[in-house]
This record gives sequence, structure tokens and C-alpha cells, in this order.
Amino acid sequence: MSTETKYGYLAPLTEKSRKSAVHYAKEWFGSTDAKRIGVMYVIFALFMGALGALLSVFIRAELLHAGPDFMGPDFYSTLPGMHASLMIFFFVIPIYTGLGNFIIPIQIGAPDMAFPKLNLVAFWILPASGMMLLSSYVFNAPGFGWTAYPPISTSAFSPSIGADLWNVSVILAGVSSTMAAVNFLATIFNMRCKNMSFFQLSLFTWAIIVTSLLILAATPVLSSALIMLQLERTFPGAFHFFSPAQGGDPILYQHLFWFYSHPAVYIMILPGFGIISEVLPTFSRKPIFGYSVMTWSLVAISVLGFLVWAHHMFTTGIALRVRVGFMFLSMIIAVPTGIKIFSWLATIWNGSLKFDTPMLFGLGFLSMFTLGGLSGVVIAAVPIDIQLHDTYYIVAHIHYVLVAGSVMTIFAGLYYWFPKLTGKTYHETLGKVHFWGTAIFINVTFFGMHYLGMKGMPRRYFDYDPQFEALNFISSIGAFALVAIQFVWLFNMLWSLKYGKVVGRNPWKDGTNLEWYTTSPPQHHNFPEAPVWTPIDRSHGHNTGGPKRDADQLTEPLPAE
Amino acid sequence: MATQQVAESVSDVDVSGESLGITNGKIGLWTFLLMDAMTFAGFLAGYARLRWTPDSNWPNPFETFGVTGIQLTAFNTFVLICSSVSMVHVLSETIRGDLERARKWMVVTIVGGLIFLGIQGFEWTHLILEKWPYLVGGGAVDYNLNFAGTFLSLTGFHGAHVAIGVMYNIIIYLGLRRGKITQENSSLIELAGLYWHFVDLVWILVFTFVYLI
Repeated sequence: MSTETKYGYLAPLTEKSRKSAVHYAKEWFGSTDAKRIGVMYVIFALFMGALGALLSVFIRAELLHAGPDFMGPDFYSTLPGMHASLMIFFFVIPIYTGLGNFIIPIQIGAPDMAFPKLNLVAFWILPASGMMLLSSYVFNAPGFGWTAYPPISTSAFSPSIGADLWNVSVILAGVSSTMAAVNFLATIFNMRCKNMSFFQLSLFTWAIIVTSLLILAATPVLSSALIMLQLERTFPGAFHFFSPAQGGDPILYQHLFWFYSHPAVYIMILPGFGIISEVLPTFSRKPIFGYSVMTWSLVAISVLGFLVWAHHMFTTGIALRVRVGFMFLSMIIAVPTGIKIFSWLATIWNGSLKFDTPMLFGLGFLSMFTLGGLSGVVIAAVPIDIQLHDTYYIVAHIHYVLVAGSVMTIFAGLYYWFPKLTGKTYHETLGKVHFWGTAIFINVTFFGMHYLGMKGMPRRYFDYDPQFEALNFISSIGAFALVAIQFVWLFNMLWSLKYGKVVGRNPWKDGTNLEWYTTSPPQHHNFPEAPVWTPIDRSHGHNTGGPKRDADQLTEPLPAE
Repeated sequence: MATQQVAESVSDVDVSGESLGITNGKIGLWTFLLMDAMTFAGFLAGYARLRWTPDSNWPNPFETFGVTGIQLTAFNTFVLICSSVSMVHVLSETIRGDLERARKWMVVTIVGGLIFLGIQGFEWTHLILEKWPYLVGGGAVDYNLNFAGTFLSLTGFHGAHVAIGVMYNIIIYLGLRRGKITQENSSLIELAGLYWHFVDLVWILVFTFVYLI
């Protein structure tokens, strides 16, 4: 069928595209190969992430000193919301979808995703929707933050068309991510290779299953809330769902919004958990500790994630007994998350560690995400949350979870699979420089924010009291350095594309899943013939029948029958 | 085009691995329906919240719609349920291999959907012009404006689903007539049927909440 070439899926498919870069690009843009779509997702997400980082630099530049410095308050008020929208809807969620697109079909031994054309459509909705989001800056970008609470987001207070563009763009991004979720579920449920039963799946695949279910159940609720908001904005005479002046209920919007946006934080971290569960065993040269408990705690996190949304609304005046219930459930989430953290620690325990860059990012994630998780338990408590709500403590918490959490896992994944994606190694020393710079400056940027929040500095404000100046100055410097250090990574990736050493199938030597069995980079359709998985023995000696292997043995599928 | 070759040969690859024993399309459609159900859940939760608050001043639907209005919509519900029954016939006739009869049942299904949309359009016109004149620049009503807003958004969103379903069914009908859908790939009809039954089921919920309670 497909011939094996050195360049794998990167090789041009036709003579035309072999000769001209334009044809080559066209071939990529219309490709239904999940690996190419995955790479397009990753590149697009990184581009949008860079724009989001640029907006955060604007924010930190303005907050460098007290008082107005560079911009007006109207422009400033657009920044936090747009930064968050770019990072959440166009960076973190799509980049996990991209890595999933590349890795999932290979890990389950499938030739491609279940619906290749749907996959391509889901991807191309995103650039269109991203353009809509950014074009709101051409008109009048919305200044209501990424939460878009009514009444400030109704047409009475945000009349500009920029707000409509933002709204529709977020709905479209949701459509795209539900399409991808449908595709992942059909692929994983139905296209696993022989012997790849559910409890033989890798933990990254499990994380994508759970995330896809979260996306399917949560995103449409946000869509319906935003459709209602859009109806209210477009036909202010007819629809009054949320504006209190005409009998609407603004708290209703918050309930619907957080019913999505709380699970969304798990949508943004569970695939990262999956990546870490791949990286730590590989570089500890030990199988993952507690495989089945790890899967069930993923499931538990996702179920509990639907029952805690109102902890974002402790100050809206909902009944005390409701708040206490949500406080209790929110704190319970620390249990399955703690199980995962301790299982990762047990995976490293007594391992023979190799400190390559993916491992460093994995360990950095483990230590710093725990910090973000702990501050999460703090603000889950109703009395403390009433004090800290809408202060910089919340900003510190969310960035410890999303930057020290999700972004660290994204880098771990990008370094870990870089040889598989490109067939080349990256420069190890530059990778280490990038890791230490990132890890240090994340703390410089965000740690002081805990104190700022405790002392009462509100978030999303253009100006602040001069007593907060020293910590804000340190935070701004940290943010600039954090963005600057990412250029080391960018240079490393581009340089390695050209000058990196060519690698074999399993460059880490200890990768145990199917992606390390195929060529680097993989061919179209991933495997020359459908692989047959040799099951891992997870029964602790109770299972009988059939060939089995230990979990730390290299992937060596059985020959096809 | 090269990409076409790739797409085609994927379906050639023998995927004889572990599977749930059903087609990819069915998993895709079921997961899509889960998503769609949650969208309706969002709208219905909004409706419930706006209606069942202590001082919502919500009118009695029975008084607003009147006996005729409720009965008309009950008839409409009956039509939609009947078109679900005829959809089942399309599938069973196709599986049996009698494509002639399958096509006829498909026409019945499509006509059922169109009647539903027609009656709903008639009802909307009537309600907007006579009951809620403020929507078209006329006088105000003395009760909660969200009564009309949630009614229009819920039934409108459902109506859009019916319209898409009718188009879906027309595509299936054309496939039957041109011989592209036969006994072998009757699962395509099953998928269309799943969607159609889902739209039907959601309507029963919407009808109960908006008209009857």
C-alpha cells in the first residue's frame, strides 16, 4: 500500500508538491491525515498562544508601575478577557487536540481517525473563529473579560460589534472542539488494534477519552448560554434572559457559564495528566504506578468536575447551604487529584531516572502544579473565598494551574514527541536552559500575586494602590523574562528541524507504547500492517491464558496472524 | 488529488481490531446526540430557572395559548410521532430489501416533518402578531417578557433541528432513489433515524414544559 520513506507523513505525496512549496502547503491544508492535521493544530495553537502572551506583556507593562503608563483604561480592560480567550479557546484546548490527533491513532494502532474529513473541518473552523476573535480589535474589542457576565455584556453596556464577534467566535470554537471530541471517541472506542482492550490503553489515550466526554457534556451548555446572550444582544426588544432590568436573571448566565467553564479547567489539564503519565514512566524506566487507579481517578475527577461549578459564584448571594455543598464537593476533588500526584511520585520512586528535558518539565509540573492545587483547596473554602474573590490570589491560582500545570505538560509533550513528529532530536542543552528559565520565571511572575491578592489588590483593574508597586514590578519583570525565554525554545525547535540528529524508532529507548514502535516520523496510515498488541500483564499474577508481557518491557507487538 | 487518495485508502485498510461491534458512524452520532441533548438541557435549565422563581409573574400557558392552540400543537406532536413511526418503516423495508416501499415511507416521513414545520410557522405568526405585539413594535403585555423569549428560543431551536432533519431525510431519499443506499448500507438510514427520533423525543420534553405544565 503506502511505501515507507525516510520522511514519513512529511513527504510530499505528488510530483507537483515535491517541486513547489505552494503545492506542498496546499497538500497540507487539504490533508485528512490525522498527523498532518495534528501538526497544523499545534502550529496554529502555538501562534495563537504567542498572541495571547503578547497581550499578557501589555498587561504587565501597564502594571509595571502604579498609575497610567502606556495605554488608556478602555484598551486595558479588553486585555484580560482577550488574553484569557486566546489562551483557553485557541491555545491550550487546541494544542491538546493537536497532540491527540497525532498520537492517539498511533497509540491505539489505528491507521487514522474515525472521521478524517470531520477532523479537517473541525480544524479549519478554528482559524476562522480565531480571525473573528482578533478582528474584534478592529472594531471595539469587548471589555467584559472572558466570562462575559451580563449585564455588562448585554447590548446596553457593550453595544459594539466587537462583542458580537467575540461571542460568535467562542461558539464556533466550541463547535470545533465538540467535533474533535466526537471523532476521538469514535476512534478510540472502535478502531483499537487487536488485543488493545480498554484497560490496555495508554493513560494519555484514557485522558483523551475522559476529556472528550467532558467536552461533549459541558461545551454545549456554554453554547446555549452564549446563543441566549447573542439573541439578547441582537434582539434587545424580544429576549431578556439575563438582563435584570427586564425580568432576566444574571445569575442564570453565571450558572450556565460555569457549568461549562469549571469542567473546562479539567479539559485543559486532563490531557496534560495523560502526557505526564507517559513521560514519567519513560524517564524513570519503571511502569506507571497504579494504572487502574490512575484511570479511575481520571473518571472521578471528570464526574466531580460537573458538580462543583458554583464555587466560582460564592459571592453572588446564592444560599449558604448551597455554597457549603459546593465547598464540600470542591474539596473532594483534591482526593482523586492527590491519588494521581502520589501515583506519579511512586512511579519515580526507586526508578533509575534520566533527566532529559521532557522529564524536567514533568517534574516541574509535579511540584508546581501541586502548589496551584493547594491554593485551589484554600479558595474552595467559602469564608476565605469571600475574602479573596476577584483578587490577584485567584490570578495566581489559575496561572499556577494553567501555566505551571498545563503549559508545563504541553512543553513536556512537545519535547517528548518532537523526535516522533519530526524524526530529529532537539538540542538538549538549549532544552534544559529553556526549562530552568521557564520554571524560575513562572515563580517570579506568579508567586508574588498570592501576596497581592491577600492584601486585596483586585484583578482586571487598570491601576492599583502604590503599596502594591514592588511586587507588581517583580511580577512584570518575571513575565517579560518568561516570554523572552520562550524564544530559546522556538530557536531550538527551528534549529533542530534542520540540524537535529536523525533518530530511530524509539529514541528514548524506554518508550513502551505503540508510537515508539512505528518509524520516526510515522508513515501515512502509521503502520505498514495493522499491529497486534501484546497485552501488558496488569493482573499481578492472577491472569492466565495468552501471551503477556511486563509493563516495562518495550513495545513489541505480536506478528499479525 | 493526493489527499483524496489518502482518504480513500484509509477505508480500504482492514481494521479488524477491537471494536464495539457497531459502525463508527453510530458512535459518532450517539456522541453527537449527547452533545445536542446537553444544548437543549442548557436552554431548558434557563427556562426552568426563569420561570420557577418566586416573583416571576409567569402566565398560565393554557390561558395564553388557548384550547385551540394547545390542541393544534398536540396534533402537531402527533404528526411528528407518526413520522418517527414511518422512519422505522423506512429502515425495516430497506433491511428487508423492498426499496420501493422504503422510498414511499421516506416521503411520508419528509411530509410529516414539513407539516410540523408548517403548523409551527402558522402558530408563531399567530402568537407574535396577536399575543405578543410588542415583538413587532406594538403594545406591551402585562406579564413576564421571558415567557415569549423562552418560548421562541426553545421552539425555534427545536424547529431548526426539525428543518435540518427534513434536509437530512431528503438527502437519504435521494440516496435511495439513485441506488446509493441499499440493503448493504442501511446503517446510513439507521443514523438518520436516530437523529429523527431524537428530535421527536426532545419535542415531547419541550411540549410538556412549554405548553402543558
